[in-house]
Amino acid sequence: MDKTRTMPTVTSSPHVRSAEHIRSVMLDVLIALAPAILVGIFMFGPRAFVITAITVGSCLLWEWLYCLVTHRPNPIGDLSAAVTGVLLACNLPVSVPLWLPVVGSFFAIVIVKQLYGGLGKNIFNPALAARVFLFLAWSSYMTTWTLPHTDLPWFANVADTVTSATPMATLKEGTTAGIDFVAMLLGQASGCIGETSKLAQLAGFAYLLARRVINPRIPVSYLATVAIISLLFPQGGDAVQWMLAQLLCGGLIMAAVFMATDFTTSPATAGGQWVYGIGCGIITMAIRYFGSYNEGVSFAILLMNAMVWMIDRVCRPRRYGVKPFAKLREKTRDLLSKKSEKKGAEQK
Amino acid sequence: MARRRNLVKLFTSGIIENNPTFVQLLGMCPTLAVTTSLENAVGMGLAATAVLACSNVVVSLLRKFIPQKVRIAAYVVIIASFVTIIDLLMQAMLPALSKSLGLYIPLIVVNCIILARAESFASKNAVIPSFVDGLSMGVGFTLALCAIAIVREILGNGTLYGFKIFGEAFTPASIMVLAPGGFLTLGLIIALVQFLRQKAERKEKN
Repeated sequence: MDKTRTMPTVTSSPHVRSAEHIRSVMLDVLIALAPAILVGIFMFGPRAFVITAITVGSCLLWEWLYCLVTHRPNPIGDLSAAVTGVLLACNLPVSVPLWLPVVGSFFAIVIVKQLYGGLGKNIFNPALAARVFLFLAWSSYMTTWTLPHTDLPWFANVADTVTSATPMATLKEGTTAGIDFVAMLLGQASGCIGETSKLAQLAGFAYLLARRVINPRIPVSYLATVAIISLLFPQGGDAVQWMLAQLLCGGLIMAAVFMATDFTTSPATAGGQWVYGIGCGIITMAIRYFGSYNEGVSFAILLMNAMVWMIDRVCRPRRYGVKPFAKLREKTRDLLSKKSEKKGAEQK
Repeated sequence: MARRRNLVKLFTSGIIENNPTFVQLLGMCPTLAVTTSLENAVGMGLAATAVLACSNVVVSLLRKFIPQKVRIAAYVVIIASFVTIIDLLMQAMLPALSKSLGLYIPLIVVNCIILARAESFASKNAVIPSFVDGLSMGVGFTLALCAIAIVREILGNGTLYGFKIFGEAFTPASIMVLAPGGFLTLGLIIALVQFLRQKAERKEKN
């Protein structure tokens, strides 16, 4: 169909061969997500599995249907829709009604990804955008948290569940009391399906780093910014404890590792990636401290997504032989010379 | 006869080919703000249509007397007088609607569709074509508002013109009546209109 796709691209040497392509990268991301989602299923029971399966299935279905309707080649094999599905499932509370992930998948795949041109062309991370959409559309479903090991029906709607305050809500009140750090690491806390166990997410991070799927710039700068801000401006309890709580609570690590590093929606330049991570951290903390929502991670990343083009333009690497701030110097020189010319003209 | 056909063409062009909202992308502020329900959209659309038709007529009548340099100020004065009339009429006759539209009725004064039509059409054409142009742009605006409002009200509130149309099982997506829902709906409808226009153009070429 598409001629450019089968044409070999000719570039100058050296020619590096790699087995890496979209499918292998996406498979690596899926493997890295596996611990988090498995812990989630263990903690929240079979309903978590049902929700994950529905989310992934509907993501694949929407992608296939969209490409069928618009006469495009079927892209399901590249697994990117599956990754979006798993990420979205990680971001849902376990007690949501089963139609909710289907609507969320539609928004993620059709509206955020495909209408912008498909894989590699979307401005916003599909899973995060869908999460925010669902959060604003059905906030009561999206903020009902269940304690781990609660008996939930497999398929039926959850009517009245034992709800509990998330650690994020505790932090919002300005206290670290009652936050058990070991439980946070292992995942015995209420929250979204995939965000409870920080150890599992860090294991995924280590795997992605070892496989060189992502580089550590964005997650490290993101987490470091949050750590520094919370250490300098603690709002309750001991400063170190407050910092640890800010790092371990909510979806911060999940988002920093898996969502902020999305290739399509994060900067390509090294400097840009630092700026992007720091920006995400500042916005997250601003929302956590001053906003009306408990958690600001998803809004922070979406806002920075919208700025990626600008960041990349500013942080373009310097060409060899060009001095730093060459453009700025040139402009000031122009301005100065114009001024002196004017002065000269006046004196004459 | 030919003249009448021209007027008909002028009338349809404002509704379809040059739709002020979906094609010219004018008047975005009221479009996003009042389309949370069909009732608001119809009220806003009709009020704007009335102002548009009247102001076009007056601007066209005065087009030879208004000095070039102060024309915008003159247009705004004309438009503002008609908006005041409509605003007071609505407060007297439709107090509920007037309350729910609130500030957006007085804001018709700075609605860029009206100013654009005064500047680009009424100030250069005779009275009757100007009146038809104002009417057609107004109807196009009203239809566009209704299209957005129907989507937003059904999805965001589960109602249409205030009547419930779903059973108890339907949980409305409140995002659709909030600001992001307005942007989403508007963007998607503009994309659809562009898609259909391009398709039609391609067909004409072949």
